[in-house]
Amino acid sequence: MANPLKCDLCGKPATVHLTQIIDNKVHKVDLCEECAQAKGVTDPSGFSLADLLMKASLGSEGSAAGLRCEQCGFTQADFKKQGRMGCPACYETFREIIDPMLSSMHKGTMHVGKVPQHALKRKTFYDRLTQLQTELDEAVKAERYEDAARFRDEIHQVKQAFSEKGLG
Amino acid sequence: MKITPLFDFPAGTSEATSGKCAIMLTTRVRLARNLAGKPFPGWAKESQRSAMLADTSEAVGSLTALKKGLNLRLEELTDLEKQILVERHLISRELSTAKTGAGVVISRDQTTSVMINEEDHLRIQVMRPGFQLKKVWNAINSLDTELEERLNYAFSPTLGYLTACPTNLGTGMRASAMMHLPALVISSQMEKVVRAVNQLGMAVRGLFGEGSDASGSIFQISNQTTLGEAEEDIIKRLSSVLNTIIEHELNARARLLEADAPKLFDKIGRAFGILQHGRLLTSAEVMNLLSLIRLGIDLNVFPEDKRAVIDRLFIEAQPGHVQYAAHGTFDSAQRDLLRAQTLRTEFAAFGPPDFNLAGKN
Repeated sequence: MANPLKCDLCGKPATVHLTQIIDNKVHKVDLCEECAQAKGVTDPSGFSLADLLMKASLGSEGSAAGLRCEQCGFTQADFKKQGRMGCPACYETFREIIDPMLSSMHKGTMHVGKVPQHALKRKTFYDRLTQLQTELDEAVKAERYEDAARFRDEIHQVKQAFSEKGLG
Repeated sequence: MKITPLFDFPAGTSEATSGKCAIMLTTRVRLARNLAGKPFPGWAKESQRSAMLADTSEAVGSLTALKKGLNLRLEELTDLEKQILVERHLISRELSTAKTGAGVVISRDQTTSVMINEEDHLRIQVMRPGFQLKKVWNAINSLDTELEERLNYAFSPTLGYLTACPTNLGTGMRASAMMHLPALVISSQMEKVVRAVNQLGMAVRGLFGEGSDASGSIFQISNQTTLGEAEEDIIKRLSSVLNTIIEHELNARARLLEADAPKLFDKIGRAFGILQHGRLLTSAEVMNLLSLIRLGIDLNVFPEDKRAVIDRLFIEAQPGHVQYAAHGTFDSAQRDLLRAQTLRTEFAAFGPPDFNLAGKN
């Protein structure tokens, strides 16, 4: 063999070659003996390529390489190492990496099922408030004082309605 | 001991399952939940984890179902206490080895527990004996709704409940059943069953979850995926898989009786003899012996009311419980001696098998 395949995880010569079909797509993975053992590839019942693919695809340089979550400081390299996220906001930051993984990992890519009513209302409220605040700032900057007064009143109303519902 | 109140309630599925449902030891649902704007436990700093524990344990402890429960910080527990909680399936192995800031709130009757700072901020669990997936889901659903009024969950309309690991996104729900499948194991069909179940998107694990072996022919079957399917649909799909497995187990039992009853009775009889007279018994061996006795009960060889005894012993034969009963810490050789002693006492009064009754009702 002129050019032996290298292990997708550690780069040593690969001796285990695996092909799995997920959602009509063929996925191939080459592994060395040790990594294959460590990942449980030798036990076909408890093994899914999804996990491996996730880590392998992170190794390749993409447009999303070197991302960092502004909220918690978690980086793409951290994700590659841990396979877990840093904080809820990471899902926004690493969207490009996560989205393609979901279809092989789950039954669908969109949430169906229970929705936390309070969390959703709170989010709607904060989004509305942020939007009004931006508009207010812009109005002040442009010296549109009538608009600014209107936004200020609206902010007040939204806040009041929110605390009346006991969501604050 | 901080966990002493737990011993007011006997271990295991004490309410005893019966008939066809005897194959189902317990059903359980867990929900992974996190708080918006806070780093997940695995990435959080020590101080952030401690703050999370302080903030959430009060809210969790004030839930209707947990008001009179135990509110524990893992740091305050001895290794033995943690082991007992693991053996009762009230906390995971992962939580028992967690860094600072881990906690758990457990209801008095031990059907409900909420782990704090495990892989996710909150892991809510409700467990009941027998085949009660729907009931368990209803209970955990209302508990989760109640908690959501007090805590600000991290949620995305597209990805659902946001979890530390992307494999739990969406519902964050894992519904599972603990099944006793001795005939499928004896007739070497388990591998086939595992493969079929995997293909249906369900996972099969041993008694203590990921990476544990299936001692006592006890298996945990649960949903593998969480995104793109509603809770009720996941539960419906799991239920139908479980019913199919029950059918296979019952068929395997009938076939064992038909093909070579003496061989099966010999196994059960020998198990009974060893439990009655053994002097050194490891927990793995005991699990397998108890499993055969339980099969004997299902086949009518022993009286029905003994099933609860076996289900209790499944847990009391575990290393942590053996040491707790003997008031001390003992190495594994000493534990085998103590375990055999306990079982001799239990089985002295158990009553011998009556194989003439096998398979008759």
